[in-house]
Amino acid sequence: MLQIKNLHVKLEEEDKFILKGVDLTVEPGTVHAIMGPNGSGKSTLSYVLTGRDGYEVTQGSATLDGDDLLAMDPEDRAAHGLFLAFQYPVEIPGVGNMTFLRTAMNAQRKARGEPLISAPEFLKLVRAQAKALKIDAEMLKRPVNVGFSGGEKKRNEILQMAVLQPRMCILDETDSGLDVDAMKLVAEGVNALRDGKRAFVVITHYQRLLDHIVPDFVHVMSGGRIVESGGPELALKVEAEGYAHLQEPVA
Amino acid sequence: MMASDAKRKAAEALLHVLPLPGREAGWAREARAAARTRLLEAGAPFRRDEYWKYTDPAGLTAPLAVVDPTDARPDFENPFGEVHSRLARFVNGRYRADLSDDLDPVGLSVATLSETLSHDLGFARDLFGRLEAAGQEKVARPLAALNTACATEGLVLHVTGAVAEPLHLRYDQVGTGASLLHHLIRVESGASIMVLESGNVTNQVLEVDIADGASFQHVRIQQGKRAGSANHIFVRLGAEARFKTFTLTIDGEMTRNEVVLAFTGDDASGHIAGAVLGQGDSHIDNTVFVTHGSEGCESRQVFKNVLTGKAHGIFQGKIFVRQGAQKTDGYQISQAVLLGEGPQFSVKPELEIYADDVKCSHGSTTGRLDETAMFYLRSRGVPERQAEAMLVAAFADAAFEEIGDEGLADAMRAHAARWMAERSDGDG
Ligand SMILES: Nc1ncnc2c1ncn2[C@@H]1O[C@H](COP(=O)(O)OP(=O)(O)OP(=O)(O)O)[C@@H](O)[C@H]1O
Ligand SMILES: [Mg+2]
Repeated sequence: MLQIKNLHVKLEEEDKFILKGVDLTVEPGTVHAIMGPNGSGKSTLSYVLTGRDGYEVTQGSATLDGDDLLAMDPEDRAAHGLFLAFQYPVEIPGVGNMTFLRTAMNAQRKARGEPLISAPEFLKLVRAQAKALKIDAEMLKRPVNVGFSGGEKKRNEILQMAVLQPRMCILDETDSGLDVDAMKLVAEGVNALRDGKRAFVVITHYQRLLDHIVPDFVHVMSGGRIVESGGPELALKVEAEGYAHLQEPVA
Repeated sequence: MMASDAKRKAAEALLHVLPLPGREAGWAREARAAARTRLLEAGAPFRRDEYWKYTDPAGLTAPLAVVDPTDARPDFENPFGEVHSRLARFVNGRYRADLSDDLDPVGLSVATLSETLSHDLGFARDLFGRLEAAGQEKVARPLAALNTACATEGLVLHVTGAVAEPLHLRYDQVGTGASLLHHLIRVESGASIMVLESGNVTNQVLEVDIADGASFQHVRIQQGKRAGSANHIFVRLGAEARFKTFTLTIDGEMTRNEVVLAFTGDDASGHIAGAVLGQGDSHIDNTVFVTHGSEGCESRQVFKNVLTGKAHGIFQGKIFVRQGAQKTDGYQISQAVLLGEGPQFSVKPELEIYADDVKCSHGSTTGRLDETAMFYLRSRGVPERQAEAMLVAAFADAAFEEIGDEGLADAMRAHAARWMAERSDGDG
């Protein structure tokens, strides 16, 4: 599904390389966890895949089902089924949550040539998902993420994912800032979306989340590269030993 | 201060361009003569005048040259959508009773300016040119004096009760003719009216006298082709009176809207708001002057500008608090979002305060759309232009909210949404 080959990325504004040859293949139906020290490039990878400005790809490729992701606008990547749950969800004063989500959903449907969703149908869908994630329906009437607590913002990301039903989901530290119960809810939300076809890349610092969302593969990123890959046991090792054993690659 | 020879000569030239008013009552002739004197003493506005730093007055005076009467019956699309109103239509600057609704709702009597100026209509006599003259005290407004000296068309509204339905003044233009309009509005104690305006006038003055406890609301949309459009609203507010004005200005070569408001009774409120949507070479100037001359009054100025292409938005806003105008609450905000590198926004906020127990604030921002928010929206599948439209709508909404009436606010929001969808970010 997602194929990243030898991806090198630098900042557009300066000659600073952040990703230095990332390789990753994600098959349909699998869950990949990415761990790694602060500043190793995990969020950058998720931004480059979703098309944020400010980065320049100097080498390598990233494709989704064979389509060149890097050539697409962010909205086209979304319409192709890519989704990022942000490490820091963005507040947008003046834009209502519901309006935003319905606009997004219909824009994706339009891009894919699918029929648009009606307002009542949409409302039903969102209400059901919000209930499952224990998100107060009143909250959804507010502007996007404005006045939401840290944990509420993260749950709102998962709500959007559940409503938009992307095929390839990237979750960037969705667990940070969540209390124990909220983390379980979020994990349940993610697990409910595991249908054997949809794939996940879960970026996290903690094994805890991986108790609930059991990954098929675990990768460790360091210095802009994936330096170690394995099964769920690798996460346990990281949890126990930290990253001290990693050789900091020389830039 | 006497005008320079050049300014005076240019003022004389302006008076020559416009036809002389016909036979009028003595008091009207005196008011005209006084206005001519005001104009000649101030001189025509020049670019080097401080008040015209950002707007070249030539763009507003040159189009006055052609007056082009017509019997045409142009169609128009009502920009206020579903909102019910009574219609008064002007074509090429002439009132057209044949195209207008019956203007006799309960609480309102209507006459034309030309009828009024040839008779002795009590309140009009005390109003015509008076608020305009008072509005020249601190800053010369020669284009308004020119209007008082020459305008023969307009409506005279006497509001004596709560007028239920808004009155919609509609201005259409056939061919290239200029239009000059002067409206007089007197709202008696306890009475209220909502006036809507749409279309464009080359040079217009509204004198609005709001008696104690009366209320006047005004929503205006300026859209469509116009060469130059200079508009003045002079307002006087009595005690506990209410005034609310909102103008949506869309494109156009050159537009200058001045609102000159004076509080003369205690505990009144005056709200002045506007939204500006400019593309291409459009030039849109909102200039506001609020004088607090009494106690406990509240004034509010809220302006939002959305500019693209090479458009230039201007806001000049002044709060002037006289000695003794204690407990004044004055607020002013002007903001612009620039789409692209070409547009610019110029601001000149001013406070001049001679009372000590007052609360006055002003603020201004110029910026671009938040890139992080843009990316967030796009990453969810919202196309770039649509994401821009959503953020712009959110930005501009504080101005639309000032309208106070949801139906009208929604109609204005719809124009903004359409402009965002159809706009071109190019130079032309
Ligand atoms: N726009 C930017 N400007 C400057 N430096 C940047 C920018 N984006 C990323 N970096 C730098 O690149 C490195 C990788 O950042 P990134 O956010 O991808 O790390 P991360 O692995 O997600 O870290 P964390 O675990 O703390 O979230 C960091 O050193 C960061 O400071
Ligand atoms: Mg990160």
